[in-house]
Amino acid sequence: MQNKPYKPKLLWLQSITCNGNTHSFLNHPDLFSILENFELIHHPTLDSEYTMADVLSKNVPCDILILEGSVIENGFKKAGVEVSSLIHAYAGKAKHIISVGTCATFGGIFKQNNPEEISGLCFDLEEKTQHYEKYASKLISLPGCPVHPRWLSFVLLMLAKNKSIDIDSLHRPKELYGYTVHNGCTRNEYFEWKIDTKNFGHKEGCLFYEQGCQGPYTRGSCNKILWNDTSSKTRVGTPCFGCTEPNFPQQSLFTTKTNMGIPAKIPLGISKRAYLTLTGVTKSFKIKRFSKDLLEYD
Amino acid sequence: MNMSEKKAFKRESIMQTALELFSLNGFHKTTIPDIAKKLHISVGSFYNYFTSKDFLAQEIIKYTSEALGEKIRVVNMTDASAQDKIQQIVTIYFTMAEEKPEMIDYFLRVYLSNREVFSENCEGMVCVAGFITEIMIFFDDCVESGELRNQDFFSAFGLFMGYLGGMVFLKGEGVLPKDIELYIDDISRNIYCALKVQE
Repeated sequence: MQNKPYKPKLLWLQSITCNGNTHSFLNHPDLFSILENFELIHHPTLDSEYTMADVLSKNVPCDILILEGSVIENGFKKAGVEVSSLIHAYAGKAKHIISVGTCATFGGIFKQNNPEEISGLCFDLEEKTQHYEKYASKLISLPGCPVHPRWLSFVLLMLAKNKSIDIDSLHRPKELYGYTVHNGCTRNEYFEWKIDTKNFGHKEGCLFYEQGCQGPYTRGSCNKILWNDTSSKTRVGTPCFGCTEPNFPQQSLFTTKTNMGIPAKIPLGISKRAYLTLTGVTKSFKIKRFSKDLLEYD
Repeated sequence: MNMSEKKAFKRESIMQTALELFSLNGFHKTTIPDIAKKLHISVGSFYNYFTSKDFLAQEIIKYTSEALGEKIRVVNMTDASAQDKIQQIVTIYFTMAEEKPEMIDYFLRVYLSNREVFSENCEGMVCVAGFITEIMIFFDDCVESGELRNQDFFSAFGLFMGYLGGMVFLKGEGVLPKDIELYIDDISRNIYCALKVQE
């Protein structure tokens, strides 16, 4: 009789979180077939073999730890148990740690409540925390607010198949975060010719110049691997908020910060001088096609 | 000097001579044979460098814009305060108006007054990008540092460059009672006071 293939034991642990990543992953159209590759030890909303009380005992098995939510060393308890002690118990035991969402990765929105003490598990914004060295060899960062369900499934299935995942200096998979959100945006023609959309929800125009879009300097494949397999923020006419970046959230998300009309932040890796030279030239041309609506109705 | 350096040198001397003739006799009255004669070259030789007078005119505006831009770039690379940078840019502009009046003159009297010559290939900012980019960098840095008030680019640009252009125009008309460099301090202070963050 053939032995059943070993299924990695998957433990999903929540720290200080809004549950956004849990809910995001529930939207994955292939959720249950993905989970068939694992033995689900614990999940915040799905049935699993062990109870929360078992998890709190720190004795349940764990090959892959998924951590959701920001981390504080002292003062955040579940059923009387410091959550950080749970995290360290299972992070030490796990072969792989996946920090899902910007909170678990960099500190995220909950860091705003106590910037001195709340952080991600291994990063505090872009700085390494005291735990980095201990967990670095098994850490995969999946920032996003929330994480895209297909980014998580990509990592899980790669791990299930014992495939190596190429990561960058912040431990983000290059396959997912090597792109900017700008890459694949359907408004790229308007970006090229520096034509802003004049409002939200329009088909025409780029959101970078006035509407606050952070796509050109935000890492993520939102316009390559679409949300709900359908669309993205920028495609429907809402600016990218830069939710995968270490410094998320920022302020005034619907307005581009400019200095005398010049964008304060420019596309990733481009010098301001080069960008402004190009912009000045491009803006000099009036392309008739872009002054009209894409779809003209009778 | 190798061949390409020689060619570049010749090209620049044609532009410099044309600049002087345009300034002296006016753009429309200056012909290609006039330029060739002053340089002691044949008209045919001129066409090896520039295919038409309009093309020459466009190349000259790029050349003057780059020359001015390079000097402002040096200022932008320093850690000077906004007030100091303004003083330095005003000095650069007025010094150029003093030492190479044909360059500023060309910008004011040829480029801005003969738009039909520049309508093709020199639309908008295309041929003055070298200069405009550095002014943008200057404004951006000074707003970022909290020294200048954030506003629309053109309202600040017009105040700064319109003022300087106007003064050089008055100088060209011979109506300024004093040498233009004697205005540098007051004009720099005026520009700074107009653009600085209000208390």
